[in-house]
Amino acid sequence: MRKYFPILLLVILILFPLIVRDHYHQHLMILVLMWVVIGSGWNVIAGYTGQVSFGDAAFFGTGAYTAGLFVTKLGISAWWGMLFGGITAMAIAFPFGWICFRLRGAYFALATLALNEVCRHIATIWESLTDGMVGILVMQTFVSKVPYYYISLGLAVISVIGVQFIMSSKWGYYFVSIREDQDAAESLGIDTHYYKMLSLNVAAFLTGMAGALFMNYMGFIDPEVVFSLHDISIMAILVGIVGGVGTIYGPVVGAFVMVAVHEFFRTGFFGFFKGIAALTGSDMINVFAKYVMQAHVLGFGILVVLVILLLPNGIVGDWNLIVKKIFPVKTRGATG
Amino acid sequence: MEVFLQTLVSGILKGGLYGLIGMGMSLIMGVMGIINLAHGALMMVGMYVTFACFTYAGIDPYLTIFISMPSLFLLGMLIQKYTLNPLMEVDSILPENQVLMTVGIAMVLTEVARFIFSSDYKSVRTSYSGATFFIGNISFSVALVAAFFIALAFTLCMFWFLLKTDLGRSIRATAQDKDAARLMGVNSKRITILTFGLGSALVAAAGTILMPVYYLFPDIGGPFTRKAFVITILGGLGSTVGAIFGGLTLGLAEAFGATYIGMAYDDMIGLLIFILVLLFIPGGFKRLLKV
Repeated sequence: MRKYFPILLLVILILFPLIVRDHYHQHLMILVLMWVVIGSGWNVIAGYTGQVSFGDAAFFGTGAYTAGLFVTKLGISAWWGMLFGGITAMAIAFPFGWICFRLRGAYFALATLALNEVCRHIATIWESLTDGMVGILVMQTFVSKVPYYYISLGLAVISVIGVQFIMSSKWGYYFVSIREDQDAAESLGIDTHYYKMLSLNVAAFLTGMAGALFMNYMGFIDPEVVFSLHDISIMAILVGIVGGVGTIYGPVVGAFVMVAVHEFFRTGFFGFFKGIAALTGSDMINVFAKYVMQAHVLGFGILVVLVILLLPNGIVGDWNLIVKKIFPVKTRGATG
Repeated sequence: MEVFLQTLVSGILKGGLYGLIGMGMSLIMGVMGIINLAHGALMMVGMYVTFACFTYAGIDPYLTIFISMPSLFLLGMLIQKYTLNPLMEVDSILPENQVLMTVGIAMVLTEVARFIFSSDYKSVRTSYSGATFFIGNISFSVALVAAFFIALAFTLCMFWFLLKTDLGRSIRATAQDKDAARLMGVNSKRITILTFGLGSALVAAAGTILMPVYYLFPDIGGPFTRKAFVITILGGLGSTVGAIFGGLTLGLAEAFGATYIGMAYDDMIGLLIFILVLLFIPGGFKRLLKV
């Protein structure tokens, strides 16, 4: 049963836009698929290689700006950015990794945080290239959301399969050995610096492509959006952690949960409070609903705290634990 | 020349404060080996305590140190006890779980502050906020000079505490070798709780004395977390003496950068220094000074 689950999921995802035709849900699913790509990238560097990155937005933004600048500066289609966004993100990742992989653990994490900020500042200050805070506006290619959906789906499938392929190859074992014990890995003759660089570049490539996709789909970017620490970098971490660190399908589950939670709060529990307020005519609940709608970051924060405390390996990683907790008797015979 | 001296003075005054901010982070990093990404958020909470005391009770900002420090000490201890310490026993893949937890805590603190005080910019305006005095042609902001000396006093107290008291010795012992300290009968769990409280209290003090000359909004924590991080990298990880030098260096660099390069590059300069330090003196000042 477990073997067929990914195929089943893929079939459902392919059929989704044919069944659900309203734009709102299609939009949400495109976002989910984009986050699958970013989450997979984060998972490679942080989940498998153990180098937690707080700076995914640097790669994401670079990819997005690459796509945008193709239009504004070179006058060619932003879709070229899908190809080159990943490569320019790698061009950022390469020198950065070269310098900062001499840091370990949490110190590396903070260096990525610094990279994020540096990139945002550069994008803001270098107005002759990026138009600064004005941002870049690009006409969307398609009116319908369906083409975007399939492109995102393709990218997400490629990234999940790609990550699976990498992780079952020799690289993958090296990555995990670095996460488990860097010194031991080094003493066994693994060039840890080299493989950490590889891992970072894979992550940067995927994230950069997702950035280019974002540019194409949204049609507008500015430094505060694509280099945002909270909306991109932290969100990427959340997708990874909630779904499951170091699992192939963790980012898939995480992306879905996080986008759902985000929407859940943003719409005030899908209009639940609004409905109650309208029913009872109470102003209090209306005010409360307004607070809830602003509180999605608070929700994220509480979610992080709870997930780390209760499910340190994420939903996929601790799936057996969750199943056991919910159905203590039924699954006694089930194997992990 | 005058511009140069003026910049120097403002850099040093700022640097003293930065040292105080960095010291709390250094202390936490030394004892627990984690980077506290909620540091700036704790400072923000301290600043809001000051703001609330000043606005609703009319207490002088400097006196609110006696309110903000104990309350943040308590908050820090609670955070360590109920969120960070339980993680030590949790079995997880990523060793950085505690760091990620501090991110979550920072988010919660920021959003709660936004809930209560809204996103608007707040400030504490006192009679001496804008006051200056002159030595020669160099102007000194009264509030900043006061802040500098209070920061200096706290730093000295901290040193006395760490060097001379039993508790301070236990903290240093835990920072040097946790297992050995435990074998010598130090309750390392209690020490971590205490240290987090102390670090929070120190950064709250920094926030409070900055309040008369600065503004406040819920997201102010982020930039200060980054500054504290640059300071600790500059000073050498976990070194309190290094943190003071790191703070001074960052203050000076920011001041000179703002004067001679441009205000827009204010934040960039800290990050540039950070990368340079990593390239050329990976151990920070700790390495150079052998302290």
